[in-house]
Amino acid sequence: MNQTYALTAVTVVVLVTVLVGALGLRISRTTSDFYVASRTVGPRLNAAAISGEYLSAASFLGVAGLVLLQGPEMLWYPVGYTAGYLVLLVLVAAPLRRSGAYTLPDFAEARLQSRAVRRIAVLFVLGVGWLYLLPQLQGAGLTLEVLTGAPHWVGGVVVAFVVTAAVAAGGMRSITFVQAFQYWLKLTALLVPAFFLIAAWSGDGAPRASFDAPAVFREHTAVTLGEDVRLSVDEPLTVTVTGRVDGAEHAGVPLTLESGRHSVAARTRLEFTPGSVVPDAHAGPGPDAPGWSTALSGGEHRLYATYGLILATFLGTMGLPHVAVRFYTSPHGRAARRTTLVVLGLLGVFYLLPQVYGALGRIYAPELALTGDADAAVLVLPERMLGGQLGDLLGALLAGGAFAAFLSTASGLTMAVAGVLHQDVLPRRGVGTFRLAVVVAMAVPLAGGTVATEVPVADAVGLAFAVSASSFCPLLVLGIWWRGLTPPGAVAGLLTGGGAALGAVVATRTGLVPAGWAHALLAWPAVWSVPLGFLTMVTVSLATRSRIPAGTAAALARLHLPEDVAPRRAAGGAR
Amino acid sequence: MTGAALAVLALTAAALLLGLGWSAGRWHTGRGERAAGLDLGTPVERATFHTLHTASLAAPPLRAGLTEDAARKAARRLRSLLGTEALCLTDREAVLAWDGPGADHHQRRAMARVAVMLESGRSQSVRTECQRPGCPLKWAVFAPLTGEEGLLGALVAYGSRESAVLVRAATEVARWVSVQLELSELDRARTRLMEAEIKALRAQISPHFIFNSLAAIASFVRTDPERARELLLEFADFTRYSFRRHGEFTTLAEELRSIERYLALAGARFGDRLKVTLQVAPEVLPVALPFLCLQPLVENAVKHGVEDSAGECRITIAARDAGAEAVLTIEDNGVGMDPALLRRILAGERPGASSGIGLTNVDERMRQVYGDAHGLVIETGVGAGMKITVRIPKYRAGVHSSEPGGGGRAAGGAGPWPPADA
Repeated sequence: MNQTYALTAVTVVVLVTVLVGALGLRISRTTSDFYVASRTVGPRLNAAAISGEYLSAASFLGVAGLVLLQGPEMLWYPVGYTAGYLVLLVLVAAPLRRSGAYTLPDFAEARLQSRAVRRIAVLFVLGVGWLYLLPQLQGAGLTLEVLTGAPHWVGGVVVAFVVTAAVAAGGMRSITFVQAFQYWLKLTALLVPAFFLIAAWSGDGAPRASFDAPAVFREHTAVTLGEDVRLSVDEPLTVTVTGRVDGAEHAGVPLTLESGRHSVAARTRLEFTPGSVVPDAHAGPGPDAPGWSTALSGGEHRLYATYGLILATFLGTMGLPHVAVRFYTSPHGRAARRTTLVVLGLLGVFYLLPQVYGALGRIYAPELALTGDADAAVLVLPERMLGGQLGDLLGALLAGGAFAAFLSTASGLTMAVAGVLHQDVLPRRGVGTFRLAVVVAMAVPLAGGTVATEVPVADAVGLAFAVSASSFCPLLVLGIWWRGLTPPGAVAGLLTGGGAALGAVVATRTGLVPAGWAHALLAWPAVWSVPLGFLTMVTVSLATRSRIPAGTAAALARLHLPEDVAPRRAAGGAR
Repeated sequence: MTGAALAVLALTAAALLLGLGWSAGRWHTGRGERAAGLDLGTPVERATFHTLHTASLAAPPLRAGLTEDAARKAARRLRSLLGTEALCLTDREAVLAWDGPGADHHQRRAMARVAVMLESGRSQSVRTECQRPGCPLKWAVFAPLTGEEGLLGALVAYGSRESAVLVRAATEVARWVSVQLELSELDRARTRLMEAEIKALRAQISPHFIFNSLAAIASFVRTDPERARELLLEFADFTRYSFRRHGEFTTLAEELRSIERYLALAGARFGDRLKVTLQVAPEVLPVALPFLCLQPLVENAVKHGVEDSAGECRITIAARDAGAEAVLTIEDNGVGMDPALLRRILAGERPGASSGIGLTNVDERMRQVYGDAHGLVIETGVGAGMKITVRIPKYRAGVHSSEPGGGGRAAGGAGPWPPADA
């Protein structure tokens, strides 16, 4: 891959992002005869901004990678990512806006008039935000590694640095324009190369991607493994090996691997002949390390895992910190609802594209499954299929788009997490504290990301969704639709549901759970942790009826009545 | 899964658990529950602490005044404070709250007694002469609750036998309740003062500004009737907003719209001498903020820039998005002010000063609503212009704009008029 083009594209994306962020306000907002009404953020602009912020590395790279690895079941990811907004639209969007809350802890406080609930909500916002930031930085590392061969941590540091600098210096002043711009950039970056790739594919005789049978190498392919890998081979396979296989050293000799498991040491070079089957790879030292990526395809629990994924993404979207804060920008509840509708459309269009890359990757770059870099499928396809100048240019465009994905999601999340840190955690001392909050918000996932490196991007994001679905979904849905919610109920539900999901996620990630049902249950906690959260919240609320906040009726009226029919009185006459 | 990743996950989990534990602990101490086994003082001290704590729990509801809701919440705490069979709080006419048994047949008789007691204004201890078998309420102590305007009601404590201790305790508690009620009156007085100040602000805008605006509009009536009509509509909208009677809060969009009209009218008067630049991040337009808290600042800028100086006046109004806050700045290049004088005006030591009444009022209201960290920050010097910065949190409990954020006057004039109650 041509490094110069790719690096130029990445640099241009970074510069344009910072420029739009810093100057967008100046260019579009300076005038001597002004008319404020025309300046509110319209649903279309806001929707593009929400989509731009939402479409993270998981969508841009991860979905294609998962489709390549595991086939069409993985389409539940984009379906879930999108359908989350449907639930948001129907149940939450307008009331959340009308509550006047900026962050989710604000909502908890506005609805339940309780500082305790607010504090717990703060903990979960930080947890979900950091869980979501981590894969963004990892994805950036992977992208830069594929593009330039830089060490894995460089990309994450670059993104962290750019985002921290831009946000802390106030460079994200016109963040709505930046994010809307990022959406269109990402869409273009995926759409244009997709046309060329599909043209090349049909010129190639339109070979079919087979997801039922193992993938097959189409041409002579050499793979150098980055880490120790265990290959499962179903039928004898002949490869040319330079390096160490099953403990024996080989130097460029053809070797027939019998069916069964073989361990291949890091930095071993394997050359496959055309038509040979791509072996299944398990990274890691143990023979049966429960790779997170294998959970969905883990045989008998596939249906359960699918439901877990569906629940987590459908119900988790509403609790993502960077999504919630964007609704504040809508001028009123109706606009918030219309915005969500447009978001559904924009995401629907975007998610048509990643699976094209996944399917093409299965045909043209199957060895990515072997090296564990499936997330890079999107980036390497143009070079692989088209080559030459065109391939380089399109690859550069994709690299730019991928970086836009990291930047936009990371900056949105950093803003949201830093906002919460600034408001609720750090001692308050003006603008300086906010800068400190930005640095802290970014430092934590960066530190985590330099150590934990193994999870596919889309899966890591799934964890954040599961925790959010088990904690904030019950709080928002019951808070908006049920009069009987009490502060103790909310605290109990948040801690039980969210805590259980978080515990399950940590337990699976540390590999403490044996394979089988227990593993499936803990790897996809949403199926039981979401009902658990709801149930706890309802039961404890019913048991503590006397603690229903006094202002509940007024608060619910404000949430549900459109602004222009709401009683015209000083609703906030608390002072 | 590598060891390092394992370690970091374990660390994260540990940090999270620690955080949970900390907040749970805070929650518990906040609720007044104490772990056993600590040195908590002698039994007497503990009893004192307990009494003080119960009293402090009863105080917040009473700060809302002697209402049914407040009385109901306070009565429970007060009864446990006194340790009586039943406790009742009344105003001058009726029983507000009854905690304990016997509410059904004692209430009416109690009110008759209260009426007698209110005439004398002194505590009384009487036998209830209750005939019902098993009713523990044999003796009642009536203690008056006083406010600034005399007797407000009574606290009635029922016991099973006559006791000098009960009389003394009930009287003291009634006195303590009276202090809380006086504080609540003080709160209300302060709120009334603020409201009066807002009204004064509205009144302050009118005569001077109305006269000048009308004069400026009149000058266009023949030369440019279309502009005169536009300006009259601006004027109508401006005064309607400024004189509106409801709502303590509004949105930044509404406030800016009003400023826009104000500047259009000021522009008609001063012509090219007034140059306004606006930089508004659209993200902060829905922010709720106290009613009429920016307009005085802009008026101040216009006054310094155009009325008090001869040159061209440049005013810059900016609203920036800063995380959980909106930062507003209003800057002019006018005559400025001596910082020492300004400090005295803001401290209320120069109430007669003509410029700065608006500033003081805005500063005080901002501090009242958002706390001392959110007062006005003013940078100025004589001849150096003035820059006022306000930081407004995007969310604060109790701050809700009572006006729709989105609507507004359609260009051209015939905008939606508010419903009849406005």
